[in-house]
Amino acid sequence: MSVDGPKSDDIGDIQTHRPELLLEVADLVKHFPVKRGLVFDREVDQVRAVDGVSFSVARGETLGLVGESGSGKSTLARTVLQLLEPSSGSVRFEGREIAGLSRRAMRPLRREMQMVFQDPYASLNPRKRVGQIVGEPLLLQGVARGAALRREVQELLARVGLAAEHYDRFPHEFSGGQRQRIGIARAIALRPKLIVADEPVSALDVSIRAQIVNLLADLQEELELTYIFVAHDIGIVRHVSDRIAVMHEGKIVEEGPADQVCDQPRDAYTKQLLAAVPIPDPREARSRRRAVRPS
Amino acid sequence: MTEPLLCVRDLRVGFVTETGRVQAADGVSFDVAPGEVLAIVGESGSGKSVTAQTIIGLTRSPNSRIAGSVRLRGAELIDAGDDELRKVRGEQIGMVFQDPMTSFNPVYRVGRQIVEAVRAHRRDIGNSEAREIAVEMLDSVGIPDPAQRIDDYPHEFSGGMRQRAMIAMALALEPELLIADEPTTALDVTVQAQILALLERLNRERGLATILITHDLGVVAEVADRVLVMYAGRVVEQGTLDEIFYDPQHPYTWGLLGSLTRIDRDRPERLPQISGAPPSLQSLPQGCPFRPRCPHEFDRCPELPGLDARLAEAPAHLDRCWLEPEEKRELRQVEGQIGLEAPK
Amino acid sequence: MARFVVRRLIGMVAVLFAVSVLTFLVFNVIPNSDPAQRMAGRAAKPELIATINEEWGFEDPLPQQYLTMMGKVFSGDLVSYKGRENVEERIVEGIPATVSLCLGAAVIWLFFGILFGYLSAVRAGGLLDRGLTVLAVTGISMPVFWLAAIFLNYLTYKTEIFPSGEYVEFTTDPLEWANHLILPWITLAILYVGFYSRVLRSSMLDVMNEDYVRTARAKGLSERRVMSRHVMRNSLIPIVTLFGLDFGALLGGAILIEAIFSLNGVGQYAYESLQSLDLPPIMAIVLYGAFFVVLLNTLVDIAYAYLDPRIRLGTSAQ
Repeated sequence: MSVDGPKSDDIGDIQTHRPELLLEVADLVKHFPVKRGLVFDREVDQVRAVDGVSFSVARGETLGLVGESGSGKSTLARTVLQLLEPSSGSVRFEGREIAGLSRRAMRPLRREMQMVFQDPYASLNPRKRVGQIVGEPLLLQGVARGAALRREVQELLARVGLAAEHYDRFPHEFSGGQRQRIGIARAIALRPKLIVADEPVSALDVSIRAQIVNLLADLQEELELTYIFVAHDIGIVRHVSDRIAVMHEGKIVEEGPADQVCDQPRDAYTKQLLAAVPIPDPREARSRRRAVRPS
Repeated sequence: MTEPLLCVRDLRVGFVTETGRVQAADGVSFDVAPGEVLAIVGESGSGKSVTAQTIIGLTRSPNSRIAGSVRLRGAELIDAGDDELRKVRGEQIGMVFQDPMTSFNPVYRVGRQIVEAVRAHRRDIGNSEAREIAVEMLDSVGIPDPAQRIDDYPHEFSGGMRQRAMIAMALALEPELLIADEPTTALDVTVQAQILALLERLNRERGLATILITHDLGVVAEVADRVLVMYAGRVVEQGTLDEIFYDPQHPYTWGLLGSLTRIDRDRPERLPQISGAPPSLQSLPQGCPFRPRCPHEFDRCPELPGLDARLAEAPAHLDRCWLEPEEKRELRQVEGQIGLEAPK
Repeated sequence: MARFVVRRLIGMVAVLFAVSVLTFLVFNVIPNSDPAQRMAGRAAKPELIATINEEWGFEDPLPQQYLTMMGKVFSGDLVSYKGRENVEERIVEGIPATVSLCLGAAVIWLFFGILFGYLSAVRAGGLLDRGLTVLAVTGISMPVFWLAAIFLNYLTYKTEIFPSGEYVEFTTDPLEWANHLILPWITLAILYVGFYSRVLRSSMLDVMNEDYVRTARAKGLSERRVMSRHVMRNSLIPIVTLFGLDFGALLGGAILIEAIFSLNGVGQYAYESLQSLDLPPIMAIVLYGAFFVVLLNTLVDIAYAYLDPRIRLGTSAQ
């Protein structure tokens, strides 16, 4: 891949920036105002969805972002990608500050960072054919058109485990797992550097989850992708992640190597979260229950 | 052996749709003993929810075709009249559903909905007495300050509280059997743990028999006594909790167990996966429905195996697979999918 | 609640202002609407027109004219160009007829709309449902003026079963009051019966698929109770909205029906004033109608908050 990104205007930053870090987030805040007033709305309170979060992701690694509903993990993911405007704080992508960039200024950067969504049913336009859905980003960014576009899209479909003849079908003709593959094909179409996957397997049947997790791992290797994997299921997160950040009430309460966070959690909330995960082993479960149950 | 509380035999539920007939449950049989927790495990389209709802007649409609037998303490429910069935619902069998957000009517207060459930069966109980029962039930499922919270609307409860209140409503008339259809799927893990602990306590303290419908084997391991694994409308394996987890006989069960992530074990390089997708009920393969996804398919598979006991030492452990038990144990070791030691 | 009321009052003032300005402007740009010309009659001498212009202030700048007119509207001194009658008095005279027409029709259409909608939904797909569907679609597609003409022709002129309209005061003779209003009521209600029964049917079918209806069955409620307490109650919410809008609009004058049946209500006054391009009554009736639309809308929102406790009045949705 050619690296002629928009770096020339920002030489000072590049010198201080550690090259192995793809994404650096510092003190990121996203507040949603609560407005009230007799005639005119005034801001009376704030929902602190993301409340001063800092982390970084190195090139090629997977950061798992785990938390329960309302923890702010999805808001964080969207704020990092500038799909939501941050209230304050800094997001550096390849050393360049992107927080608060205008839509226009973001546009060339959009192809570098893509998103995979939870619900493959809702995130695909039901009136478009698979070929159009996957090819759209290529067309919009002017990468390919006509026969070249078709070839490119078919290659993408093959890469995510779909067949070339799926090109002309509609999303409703596919199973949940296949739809998620389509969503992934669309996300990798522009060869992004960063993919944020927001609960990519939680809407899928159990027997399909492993397929998608493995597909994401294969693509990471082939395309040198960097992932932020957002999920509520710490078991899956631990499996896919190099490092894990645990979110609770808008803050990251613990961050570290995946095994360390799961085996020697330091934060009280992380411990609580881990203790709640069911263990699919009846004997373990029984002995754990005996230990926990008050007399 | 204790007389079963619920006895389901050869239950078949079909639906007539615009694109043809769909056999959602095909010859399902099982018993539930008093005080027993039976888990029915399966994915979407496996027929687990349809089976559960048919027990209390919730799938009855002009478009459904129901056959077989469901007996509760000997009384047949399949062809019971509406009034007879109405008496069973709530009074003898309570039911809890997946999504506590949508399972309460948003326009009535929580307490009023519980009172309504009580008074539907006990005309002799007055409003204030029914209200006392509701407060008591909310208290017993762990809702703090129940006398106050009873006048809240459902949206004023958190998800976990709503599911507790659902359970309180289902148990208000002290039924002997609770059917819980994915009761924790929509909840956070920490809340799920609380609800499972509650179900376990109710089972232990009141001897409440439970049918737990779930796709999550982790949940099953926490609470079940016996397990039914369903696939494409059929039971493919059934046995005690330990038999299913430590000596699974059906390749589909192996796949499910293998693809689980465990936070208490070293993680494998790659998650073992089942290839393909669950079949469409409108175009089932001939014979074993798992055949197209099964790595061990051989020439007998186009014929549907019966749900039989194939292990001499475990006559109640049934499965639908033509492979010999020794073969199965070997294949399962070679694949390394299970990650659990064999039973002692 | 205070916040809600204050905001609604501000909104109402804004709507009334916008509506009055629009009416005023439209009137001043349409051709052949010069009031002095019309009042003076055909082939009038220029001196006469000048006098009229002088007297009524038609030469004043438009904003000035607008303010004068609005001042008169709110002080009750508005006088029509044609006949020089006091507009407010005429409107007040017309209100009993209009309100009688609307209330009676509303009772009929709500009763049959809800009854037919309920029966269709409960027997969805069956013969009764199909029959009611045909009826409803027929009712919706029949033009009111045509239906009124048919009724008048067959039930009044040929058979003399019903009187040909004309309003009789309720206080004069309640029986005659009703007798004279039956045809207008039915004519007006038919369209709405069809429409409301369709809306209720689809709303009920949606609600029947809700999880809480399944819960209600699972706890052993009788089918009748499931339908009345859980399905109907929740399905009526969209009907309330519709009713508020429709009823508010009708109170502003059921122009066609009133004119055809000569009920002498506000609608008929509007019809006559429109024909003679008489701005003062048009302005007053438009404002009066807009007032009811906004008022009923506010009542609908209050009813909504009562029917669905999840809705809080006055807090902006996130």
